[in-house]
Amino acid sequence: MADIPHDASATVPPAELEEMELYHAHSWWTKYVFSQDAKVIAVQYAVTALVIGFVALVLSWLIRLQLGFPGLVEFIDADRYYQIITMHGMIMVVYLLTALFLGGFGNYLIPLMVGARDMVFPYANMLSFWLYFVAVMLLVISFFVPGGPTGAGWTLYPPQAILSNTPGQQWGIMLMLVSLIVFIIGFTMGGLNYTVTVLQARARGMTLMRLPLTIWGIFVATVMALLAFPALFVAAVMMLFDKYLGTSFFMPTLIEMGEQLSYGGGSPILFQHLFWFFGHPEVYIVALPAFGIVSDLISTHARRNIFGYRMMVWAIVGIGVLSFVVWAHHMYVSGMNPYFGFFFATTTLIIAVPTAIKVYNWVLTLWQGDIHFNPPMLFALGFIVTFVNGGLSGLFLGNVVVDVPLSDTMFVVAHFHMVMGVAPILVIFGAIYHWYPKVTGRMLGDAMAKFHFWVTFLGAYLIFFPMHYLGLMGLPRRYFETEGIMIMPESGHSLNAFISIMAFIVGFAQLVFVFNLIWSLRHGRPSGPNPWRATTLEWQTPTTPPPHGNWGDHLPNVYRWAYDYSVPGAKEDFIPQNEPGSVTKGDPA
Amino acid sequence: MFVAVIMVVIVVASVAFHVFSPWWFSPLASNWGYIDGTMVLTFAITGAVFAAVVLFVAYCLYRFRHQEGRKASYEPENKRLEGWLTALTAGGVIAMLTPGLFVWAQYVEVPDTATDIEVIGQQWLWSFRLPGEDGKLGAADNRLIGGDNTLGVSPNDPLGQDDLLIEGGELILPVDKPVRFLLRSVDVLHDFYVPEFRAKMDMIPGSVTYFWVTPTKTGTYEILCAELCGVGHSYMRGTVTVVTDEEYQEWLTSQSTFASLSS
Repeated sequence: MADIPHDASATVPPAELEEMELYHAHSWWTKYVFSQDAKVIAVQYAVTALVIGFVALVLSWLIRLQLGFPGLVEFIDADRYYQIITMHGMIMVVYLLTALFLGGFGNYLIPLMVGARDMVFPYANMLSFWLYFVAVMLLVISFFVPGGPTGAGWTLYPPQAILSNTPGQQWGIMLMLVSLIVFIIGFTMGGLNYTVTVLQARARGMTLMRLPLTIWGIFVATVMALLAFPALFVAAVMMLFDKYLGTSFFMPTLIEMGEQLSYGGGSPILFQHLFWFFGHPEVYIVALPAFGIVSDLISTHARRNIFGYRMMVWAIVGIGVLSFVVWAHHMYVSGMNPYFGFFFATTTLIIAVPTAIKVYNWVLTLWQGDIHFNPPMLFALGFIVTFVNGGLSGLFLGNVVVDVPLSDTMFVVAHFHMVMGVAPILVIFGAIYHWYPKVTGRMLGDAMAKFHFWVTFLGAYLIFFPMHYLGLMGLPRRYFETEGIMIMPESGHSLNAFISIMAFIVGFAQLVFVFNLIWSLRHGRPSGPNPWRATTLEWQTPTTPPPHGNWGDHLPNVYRWAYDYSVPGAKEDFIPQNEPGSVTKGDPA
Repeated sequence: MFVAVIMVVIVVASVAFHVFSPWWFSPLASNWGYIDGTMVLTFAITGAVFAAVVLFVAYCLYRFRHQEGRKASYEPENKRLEGWLTALTAGGVIAMLTPGLFVWAQYVEVPDTATDIEVIGQQWLWSFRLPGEDGKLGAADNRLIGGDNTLGVSPNDPLGQDDLLIEGGELILPVDKPVRFLLRSVDVLHDFYVPEFRAKMDMIPGSVTYFWVTPTKTGTYEILCAELCGVGHSYMRGTVTVVTDEEYQEWLTSQSTFASLSS
């Protein structure tokens, strides 16, 4: 515990949690389906998220088919196009990225990395997954109901989202809103779990300042999500009321098809404030775990301590706090009082400072390292390039007056895909290559991993880098049809076709990844307990894969920070956190 | 080695693409050259940072790649270096934000000489209302829409009787005269966007939003809707033609007033 001085911790007997306090599975059902083991729940979250994410990937192909080769596939009419972009966006942001980082990596890594036997509320943890599963199923069902899923755009802006001429009015919009509500309830159960586990269940000697940055990232992101999701929750409930009970929270007097509707007095802008009060922190809810994980990947595979650990922690916390006062930068041209622009542009650009510090520290961790180009390192490097690129284009959009011409154009699409699509997903891939051996006891195929990396990284860069320039010309986003736009030269259409072809190639490369995941389960090289020679606790478990309860009879004791790589005088180039010995100069605890 | 080379190629190719690709701003036709200026400055600063960071990474990857016997150094922190980098970043941010905020102050402050022109969006059509001889627009409200009064102009406001209404037609503007667009929507969100003017703003049913612009070049430009407004969103296009003042005055005389349309 934190109150034990670290120099005395060598003599402290290990804390013991009686085995009986965990609910051990008695049957196949309670072991693999309704499991209370965080590691099984993590895999359930990850597999569900990857499967629904694959659906969203296929949807992105349909989008690109229409944009690159309009009219080629008759199935994609305007109604379906808007349904496709809506579902692609919502699935990717909420049901893939949020669920995979927090539900997947959070569940697997928190108990193992802090040295706990499990999450502190295993039953709520199980419920969390099953509510998430129900939320995903509601979305899937919406593809098959009359009228199909909603086509309101993932931002679900009223009044359009609930008007009768928007696709998916019969069932789609209701299923979307209910699915979000269920997701948030489920997430809250998981989120409280992650938070309390990090604060209360750490092993002896594991002070907060000895936590690996992965845990810091996931922890702060979880706290943010617990504060941000309620805004989306009430917005969804109010919109359901507007749609089905005739209230007018978001609905002013308006005319549809020449008829005046019975709504009046509500404010569409109110919804946007609620949505982005959730939506902007959401960007960092995805980014912070990625920041944390990538720090650990770089440090481990460059065999060097993370540079400036303390700054990294404070940058994570600072970004988390600041991200709650920047939301209206999504609304510079929304018609809100334009004087807000001064405030939100300033806060938004301030956030660039802690973010830049993180980038410098990753890069300085490579300096004088011993860099091994293992697949996790390659993906981490891909992350640095795409994140720096996407972060810098954010400085265009955050600076209110520069945003005016770019807002709602393809520049925005390119920016957020680069920074919160490609960059975090590269981290997810890197993390899967990194921790798969712990989960399964086998390595993923190296050649397939490298092929997967190069096609995904270079392909994604070729998709999204040129896309910025379409927006620079003024091409609006969410256009079903770009033919005949005066500012769009013929070469712009060729560029769109090129982007589409790259998207198909990158998409197909993901099949190699899926094949690798399945193939290596049986045929992968046995990894041993610590194939990357890493310091953090999850690699020090007595058995691999770790069983329910993680640690056998004794919980680990922690004697050092997470980054004792290449310590001068040490016989190996890494010292595990649970290895007794004198405190090194890096240890901030 | 290979990875380092690819990193260098990414930087070189990105810069080359930026310089040589045919895709760039549409030619400016308004007073908002400052926006372009701020953007070019932002490109210069961010481009330099991107190149510096990625090239530094490339150098590290080449210089510190794993080789037999190589051992990483152990340096947990360097407060001086971290301090310098933070200060440098803050400087760059200030360099971009300061001009940005000054230009934004101009964007929100409408000059007194600006003429009001109302733009009304509906699925999926642009309409316009211009002040008549009194130079003022009459009151309007979506609750008044019905029958012939498709734009909701108040029949009781004397100021509105001489307003000129253009439904679903082309907008004509005089060159070099500041215009304040007052934006309304009768149904969902829309956004009045002319790429050559640079400026844009959402239109919200129940509110009136605004932005101002001075067209500086005669010619015909396309109005694009830039806020998702339903399945016809990408077809919600219109045209605005900027003409000389004489041509503008002549065009005005051929438009119908609210009073004449509703009688």
